[in-house]
Amino acid sequence: MNRVSDWPDARLHVVTGKGGTGKSTVAAALALALASTAKDVLLCEVEGRQGIARMFDVDPLPYEERRIARGLPQGGIAPGSVYALHIDAESALLEYLSMYYKLGRAGKALDRFGIIDFATTIAPGVRDVLLTGKVYEAARRGAENTSARRYDAIVLDAPPTGRITQFLNVNGELAGLAKVGPIKAQADKVMTLLRSQRTVVHLVTVLEEMPVQECVDGIADLRIAELPVGGVVVNLVRPGDLGQADLRNARSGRFDREKIAADLSFAKLDVTHDLVEALTREARDHAERRALEDQQRRIVQDLGVPSYELPRLADGIDLGGLYELAALLRAQGMA
Amino acid sequence: MNAMKRIRPRVGPLAATTERARSLDVDALLDDLDTEIIVCCGSGGVGKTTVSAALALRAAERGRTVVVLTIDPARRLAQSMGIEALDNTPRPVTGLRPSGATTGGSLDAMMLDMKRTFDEVVLSQTTPEKARAILENPFYIALSSSFSGTQEYMAMEKLGQIQAEGHYDLIVVDTPPSRSALDFLDAPERLSSFLDGRFIRLLLAPARGPAKLMTAGLGLFTSALTRILGTQVLRDMQTFVAAFDTLFGGFRQRAQKTFSLLQADGTAFVVIAAPEPDALREAAYFVERLTEDEMPLAGLVINRASVPPSVGLSAAEATAAADRLAQVSADSSTAGLLRVYADRSRIVAREAHLRTRWATEHPGVATTVAAALASDVHDLAGLRQVGGLLADG
Repeated sequence: MNRVSDWPDARLHVVTGKGGTGKSTVAAALALALASTAKDVLLCEVEGRQGIARMFDVDPLPYEERRIARGLPQGGIAPGSVYALHIDAESALLEYLSMYYKLGRAGKALDRFGIIDFATTIAPGVRDVLLTGKVYEAARRGAENTSARRYDAIVLDAPPTGRITQFLNVNGELAGLAKVGPIKAQADKVMTLLRSQRTVVHLVTVLEEMPVQECVDGIADLRIAELPVGGVVVNLVRPGDLGQADLRNARSGRFDREKIAADLSFAKLDVTHDLVEALTREARDHAERRALEDQQRRIVQDLGVPSYELPRLADGIDLGGLYELAALLRAQGMA
Repeated sequence: MNAMKRIRPRVGPLAATTERARSLDVDALLDDLDTEIIVCCGSGGVGKTTVSAALALRAAERGRTVVVLTIDPARRLAQSMGIEALDNTPRPVTGLRPSGATTGGSLDAMMLDMKRTFDEVVLSQTTPEKARAILENPFYIALSSSFSGTQEYMAMEKLGQIQAEGHYDLIVVDTPPSRSALDFLDAPERLSSFLDGRFIRLLLAPARGPAKLMTAGLGLFTSALTRILGTQVLRDMQTFVAAFDTLFGGFRQRAQKTFSLLQADGTAFVVIAAPEPDALREAAYFVERLTEDEMPLAGLVINRASVPPSVGLSAAEATAAADRLAQVSADSSTAGLLRVYADRSRIVAREAHLRTRWATEHPGVATTVAAALASDVHDLAGLRQVGGLLADG
């Protein structure tokens, strides 16, 4: 199970996906997987949902790095830790101003005149610049800022696929808007990191037509914007309880109903016609969906990027489930 | 005042009545000629676009003159309606099958072109020269085409336009997949408060000449802005705001008009969720927020629910039986069937639990449940089927 990671150079893992595909779950599992061998990982969220706190069953996160879990244990080496950071634009702006400009009273004046409010809620794109800027700051530690905690990897639970290129590229837009000056310098630095080999953008999908289509489109958009495409995580995969022959029989309805009835009776169930029918009907439904999944899986495999599969856990995701998914990602070489 | 305070915190379910959950009568809603606008909202990935299109198609086939407005950036609606390109103008959807003896229904569909909508507003509000100055300003180009947030403003703007034109007796709106659930509701208010804000007036101050406002505070403010933004960006911004100044009044008025349109009796909000904890939590937030803002809530659609098996065998019994069979024969087909069944039952039980809990927390919210289809929806037949499921809920 000790595969080498497919992304040895990556420091910043950006995880996106269409709504409902479980991108936050995948981001959390990836953080646990990356933290497995004495490595410290920072898991960031930027959408104000406090999803990390819910998944890890901790108090709502402040704008402050908090240790929230131990990494997935692996081969006798003590695991590292997962830290979490909930990035909100307003705190990021205030921090940014005090860090880079030492504005003092002038900073307070900005607040008094409503510019903080303006910048974080209304001004075009500033919000995204601040959010990506904070991630950049954390990723650059060690090189620029030695006092703060240095992480071996950063996982960003990013906005959904429909907005991801715009979100990551916002610094590019801004650099275009500001031709000189401090904003341009900062925006250029962020773009350099995002376009480098130290960054990968992973996409989460489920094996349904529209999410896969959105994933295909997302990859194309990222490539146009010269942002580094990582892997595709296929999430919520149906359990493979039926083999190929059974799937064929299920689709064509050619089950040996007498054999099923005999088996059920052997297993001490009350055999009725309705029960046998219900079982074969469920099997047909399952087989139809599996066939659709296979179609979509082929599209994902043809994308030319590594793909990873995670099962749908019937009882939903809890903390134990996250570790289970982390182990699967690790075994498949994503971390 | 800071931004965090203005974003309204979640208050809680407010379950202070003992009213039982009603079922949402979709056909009554669609047939009611007083229903003029249906706004579909919900978190991403719950099938909002499909439900909007299905409701619109069903209303049209039941005789109403309908337009469905989608805001999703993807070409999902286009795909599901068999239209190759949707632009900023409503296009007729062909292939309707009026139900029973119904006549006269029609369906148009359109996808919001954010930039074009914005441009049109600018052009309609000012002189051609001034409009050109605005349209060419780098800040305007960024604001109108690529930055998030604008979508919400423009969605509401377009809704207002279509409603004012009065060609349709029902408008179905699919809301943008917002960062925060109800950005589109907050957009008009935010726009107004921004336009009334001191910041804008400060930016305008130099352009307006005499520096009456030149206080120590303003000096600090300007020097801080210059340090952060650089002079070129600040100048571009000032030019933009100055050019836009005359338009602001119009914008604010329209935004407020749209907001009251949403509160009007002819509007019905339909909240869409999948039977998943995250989607239901978002739905709860929507319902509470809509109630608080006195927005007319029609009800909740639980989309893509798993269909319960037709027999009473429990998941635990099925799993135990499967294990017993697998002990004898490891590749028993019947064991596989029982596991598939058990998996389905577990999911159904989990969904049912989530739904009951939600209903208990939000009594009085009419609900309809649409079963998941085995395959994806990408044509009118599929939409029709979803419409039927919604109505039978």
